[in-house]
Amino acid sequence: MAKRESSTQDPQMKRTEQPSELLRELVAHLRQNRTQLREEWVVRISETRLLTAMTKEEIFAEATSVYDSYVEALETEAFEALQAYARNLSERIIPRGVETHEVVGIVLLLRDVLARSLFAKYQNDFKKLNRILDAYEPAANRIANTVAVGFVQERERVIRQQQEAIRELSTPVLQVRERLLILPIIGVIDPQRARQLTEQLLRGIRTNRAKVVVIDITGVAAMDVTVANHLVQTVEASRLLGATVIVTGLSPEIAQTLVTIGVDLGKMNTVGDLQGGIEQAERLLGYRVASIPEPR
Amino acid sequence: MIATFQAALSDADLNQLRMGLVQQVVKFRSRAVIVDVTAMDVMDSFASRTLREIAHMIRLRGAETVIVGIQPEVAFAMVQLGLTLEGVATALDLEEGLAYLNERFKITN
Repeated sequence: MAKRESSTQDPQMKRTEQPSELLRELVAHLRQNRTQLREEWVVRISETRLLTAMTKEEIFAEATSVYDSYVEALETEAFEALQAYARNLSERIIPRGVETHEVVGIVLLLRDVLARSLFAKYQNDFKKLNRILDAYEPAANRIANTVAVGFVQERERVIRQQQEAIRELSTPVLQVRERLLILPIIGVIDPQRARQLTEQLLRGIRTNRAKVVVIDITGVAAMDVTVANHLVQTVEASRLLGATVIVTGLSPEIAQTLVTIGVDLGKMNTVGDLQGGIEQAERLLGYRVASIPEPR
Repeated sequence: MIATFQAALSDADLNQLRMGLVQQVVKFRSRAVIVDVTAMDVMDSFASRTLREIAHMIRLRGAETVIVGIQPEVAFAMVQLGLTLEGVATALDLEEGLAYLNERFKITN
């Protein structure tokens, strides 16, 4: 692109406008032509096949509010407000399946549509056009940046929230009898999940006043030394809260890992399967299970 | 006998408590001591060792000790430091501690 002259270097110029005047002029133009520029933008959006997850009515509604926020950001240069708007918008459209490239794409399209209309308006005054673009371009680029960043931040927040929900769901602490909790563990345990498990269990022991906890690890394929240590710590911490822990479903591999880290399996309460573990827990709690005789 | 530990006990406080508790056990011929640490939001290795020593000394006098009220966060921190209070009876709270002692004395009577 050819380097543009700065307006202040030409002594033959008539009075040159202040940058703020230029900005006001261009914002006024964008507001005056709001209807057709917005229409043009929406047409371009469907031509480039963006926002396919949304209906035409939805696109039009969002386009209106985005257009107005865009022009307002140009005018006020209040980029924090714009970022808040972008996060808000993202919160609405991310559940609709809109992706990052679409959001960046439509903002850039709007930037282009508006720039073209500026070319058209000032086509007879090249120097003025340059000055207008000097005012427009940095602001437009900053807007595109701000909106994209706002969108990505919102996406990341949603992902973190979902991860947290998944972690919570995958380590449920279940009360099956008075004073008896079961913690079935399924899948891969990493140190972070192990830690969360322990915290949830200890809280559960206190809330439910549990005296026995059955931790079932049938669904755990393998455990490294760090996580095995976590398991041992969970057992010990539970004891400090007055609860006995029975570990069930120990695979031979995991038993080997525990022995390797020096756990005295004789001291750890283990039972082959979950059923056996629950039965032992019931005995510890003084329950006796008897079948009810058939009514005659 | 029930001894309630306040939060933030200094090492000197703990030493005094250790001596004091055992003296009380002797004086009142208690058969059991419940040490309530609910208010303690942190337990370091010195406090932990002191509790074990208290329990040991009390056992030498023929009495039982039960530590109650260890908070979940404190329990977690303790086991990570390897402080397991091994050999000392523990219970969730005062109520559980009394229930535990009830059972013990029923059996030994």
